[in-house]
Amino acid sequence: MNLKCKNVWEHISEFLDEQLTPEKRREIENHLQNCEVCSAVLDSTRNVLILTADDRTYELPVGYSKRLHARLQKAIHQMPHPGKHSRN
Amino acid sequence: MQEDRQHEAELIRRILAGETDVFHELIRPYEKRVYVTLFTMLRNESEAEDAAQEAMISAFRYLHTFRGDAKFSTWLVTIAMNEGRQRLRRLKRAAEDSLEGTVEEPEGDFTPALLTDWREIPLEALERKELRQKLREAVISLPKIYREVFVLRDLQEMNQEETAAALGITVTAVKVRLHRARMMLQKNLVPYLQGSVPARKSFFGRLFQ
Repeated sequence: MNLKCKNVWEHISEFLDEQLTPEKRREIENHLQNCEVCSAVLDSTRNVLILTADDRTYELPVGYSKRLHARLQKAIHQMPHPGKHSRN
Repeated sequence: MQEDRQHEAELIRRILAGETDVFHELIRPYEKRVYVTLFTMLRNESEAEDAAQEAMISAFRYLHTFRGDAKFSTWLVTIAMNEGRQRLRRLKRAAEDSLEGTVEEPEGDFTPALLTDWREIPLEALERKELRQKLREAVISLPKIYREVFVLRDLQEMNQEETAAALGITVTAVKVRLHRARMMLQKNLVPYLQGSVPARKSFFGRLFQ
């Protein structure tokens, strides 16, 4: 085992994105099996991403969609339709 | 995926041919994406909502300039970001942000937070509402260059190439910034993810390799 923890952290992101070469990935997996600290770094970073992708993390203000479409409706009918420029 | 794209292309064709009301249908799947992008830039709900409306109106106005070689969602998010940037300038928060933007790769400590009792933490911790709030705060407090990349890659789920194109930076810069953003968030959120017990330093000597 010659991989240092610091080298593993540098690759955490690529590891999660599955962008590492098979050899590098294997090296890191081997390290992770024997290193609680790096396993925790990997798991906690993964949890941050899970949380980020969770639909409930960012919620729309109540009534957002309704207001958006109402404003669009108004704007659309005041503007020339966009196809008019299409042959420029 | 391919079908979605064809469906969108058809909607766009109809809108440009004069069926302007179809625009509502075209943007419906992306309402949230546009709002979230703007919220992470402007850091204020009502400002983000107003900017989202303006961005959608711009998208309608410039729809004829959309080229099918990019994804419509990417194009729309780029318009939203432009709207956000204009507002930041107008709101005179630009001084701070453009200064940040000129720093190519700021020096900093991008090492993760370390913890030793991770395995004991129940996954249910992720269900806590407080944690989602902390994440939103942490994302908003990232320096701009990291925040932008993180939002596009991990929140909007754009790929590296799309993100690079949207921000006018290289794919390598996208990778570096994304990694740093994730490490900063990990560091910031670990105390909440972890529950209560902080990592014990004395263990590191044994556990480090």
